[in-house]
Amino acid sequence: MRFEAPETVEAAVSLMAGESGEARALAGGTDLLVQMKTGRIQPDLVVDLKRIPSMTAIIEEDGGFRLGGAVPAAEMLEHDGLTAAWPGVCEAAYLVGSTQVMGRASLAGNLCTSSPAADTVPAMVAAGAIARLVGPDGAREVAVEDVPSGVQKNSLKKGEVVESIFLPARPARSSDAYLRFIPRTEMDIAVVGCGISLSLAEDGTIADAKVALGAVAIKVQVVSDGAKAIIGAKLDDSALDALGAACSAACNPIDDKRGTVEFRTDVAAVLARRAAKIAYDRASGDAA
Amino acid sequence: MSQLQVSTTVNGDPVEFICEPDESLMDVLRDRLGLTGTKEGCGTGDCGACTITVDGRVVCSCLVLGAEAQGRDIGTVEGMAKGSELHVLQRKFLEHAALQCGICTPGILVAAEALLKDNPDPTETEVRYWLAGNLCRCTGYDKIIRAVMDAATEMRGA
Repeated sequence: MRFEAPETVEAAVSLMAGESGEARALAGGTDLLVQMKTGRIQPDLVVDLKRIPSMTAIIEEDGGFRLGGAVPAAEMLEHDGLTAAWPGVCEAAYLVGSTQVMGRASLAGNLCTSSPAADTVPAMVAAGAIARLVGPDGAREVAVEDVPSGVQKNSLKKGEVVESIFLPARPARSSDAYLRFIPRTEMDIAVVGCGISLSLAEDGTIADAKVALGAVAIKVQVVSDGAKAIIGAKLDDSALDALGAACSAACNPIDDKRGTVEFRTDVAAVLARRAAKIAYDRASGDAA
Repeated sequence: MSQLQVSTTVNGDPVEFICEPDESLMDVLRDRLGLTGTKEGCGTGDCGACTITVDGRVVCSCLVLGAEAQGRDIGTVEGMAKGSELHVLQRKFLEHAALQCGICTPGILVAAEALLKDNPDPTETEVRYWLAGNLCRCTGYDKIIRAVMDAATEMRGA
């Protein structure tokens, strides 16, 4: 195995694209090094992205935030502007592993590992986040939900890396929330995760919303019917019931030791209702 | 594999070492630099026994490559005591009997020191969440939490 730590994205892409064997990008390494240690993968080349300035910076851009592909969760949580604008994305980042893991793990890494149960992915999807991919043919921008393509599979082409994740500007009276269910209080993998982002009109009706679920299918699910159920409403019980029903209907989960199909399908509705209420309260300024 | 030459700083001292490209920083610290205070528990980032700081941030050294240490500032448990004078946390762990077998202790000390630098007056809940990634199979955690809270009190001069 070779190890390289280039200082530009172009150099990283050139190294990755030029490797005839298996090349892997190293951001926080909290998945990659485990996979190497357990022998699941044996890369011929590992390219550390953390010497690349654009990969390690949080930049305010056009009223939104551009997060470098290797920015660790811990650094996001120290950024006051980011935590104020996107509390849901940040609370999802806070749920990723331990203090130690948050010191290294990045949103882009969580996205590229493409675990169906990734905590930050539903939150990013709900937020309408855009991934900027750079590869041998140049840069392209894709919605984050189009990066995972299956269980631990992604749609990146050979030589491509996620240079940054962009959280766009949002109107006044907007906020988001992420909730997950695990059988204990810390250090576990989501049985269901739900991210909801919404914007309110001046009279408090929901003008726009996006709903996403994790751990209930082979990849993150965008629940358009759930968003439709609450747009135009003020989160009255009937809107919440319709949101929950849409989320349960979007589930196609597996049975495993952490949760049954029935349990996951039911919990998806419960979390969606709760996350919607939290996002709504935040957007209307009732809570931080 | 061709070995890499790495220049870094460990506990304030400049250090140079040679390592394999896929060698973890934990193995470098223990096997090449003789800093065996950093322990290997799981080797997969679950237990926290190998906790160190890299540029002040708490990480699992089993999930860092030695090669990544180039130019970084590494902190290990060996950097906590000043000569023969133990760090307050270390003394409080002894006073409270906050360890039994001791394998988890260096990682907890390093993690707790980082917490108290950032947050000198944490609540018990904050301490418990901060240390959630440091597993201890002996103590049941209660004495560990008490030792950290007591150390925080002393360090604040309260």
